[in-house]
Amino acid sequence: MEPRKVELLLDSTLDSVDTAEEAVMREAQELRFDEDDQHRIGMSVRECMVNAVVHGNRYNARKKVHVTIVRGADRLEIVIGDEGEGFDMNALPDPLANENLLRHSGRGLLLIQAFMDEFEMRAREPKGAEVKMVKYVPKAS
Amino acid sequence: MSVKLTTRQVGDVTVVDAVGRITLGEGASTFREKVRELAGGGHKKMLLNLAEVSYIDSSGIGEMVSGFTTVANQGGQLKLLNLTKRVKDLLQITKLYTVFEVFDDEAAAVRSFA
Repeated sequence: MEPRKVELLLDSTLDSVDTAEEAVMREAQELRFDEDDQHRIGMSVRECMVNAVVHGNRYNARKKVHVTIVRGADRLEIVIGDEGEGFDMNALPDPLANENLLRHSGRGLLLIQAFMDEFEMRAREPKGAEVKMVKYVPKAS
Repeated sequence: MSVKLTTRQVGDVTVVDAVGRITLGEGASTFREKVRELAGGGHKKMLLNLAEVSYIDSSGIGEMVSGFTTVANQGGQLKLLNLTKRVKDLLQITKLYTVFEVFDDEAAAVRSFA
């Protein structure tokens, strides 16, 4: 299968969450991920998009969400970046600490890390935060 | 599709049957309002049936946790029934299995409130 790269520049709205998920799922289906993996990939994309729109860009109409999808022969790579203020992931409360279990929010990144094979959070140039996540296509047994 | 919530009484336990998705936006807010309405109306024994819930995101999980504390703050209990494999996985990943009481059998769940 030929490698393929798709780039999207999306508005800071919740509609963009669906747009990004649909674009990623098209590539995931091409790679023949099974239903459970497709669910995990889709959910990771949604969590990441919500973070970018709500926490990163704060729904600011002048700010965009940058999505890059790279479909390789045996992997699907997704990079989602915002134009917000950026943040230090180490400063976030640990959602698994007993004292944080009843917090209302703060579990999105935990789920992405559980569902994807690679996860990296970094600063985006010139401004914002960026998440890179990768899912490998399971080898046929 | 968002979430549709219907309630029924089994003895003094209020069973909330949920169908659809509990996600950021309409689904999560519908769920939040229903739990607050029931808790405000004096329903202290609440059983949330998630058998027909196909999708919950981190916002939906947050609303379930908020619902749990809302009901607990009123001296009641919110328990979960019939979790799908995917929702069970979410509770496992987020360690919320240690918070919620979870049942696969409605009669046993209802009895547990006694």
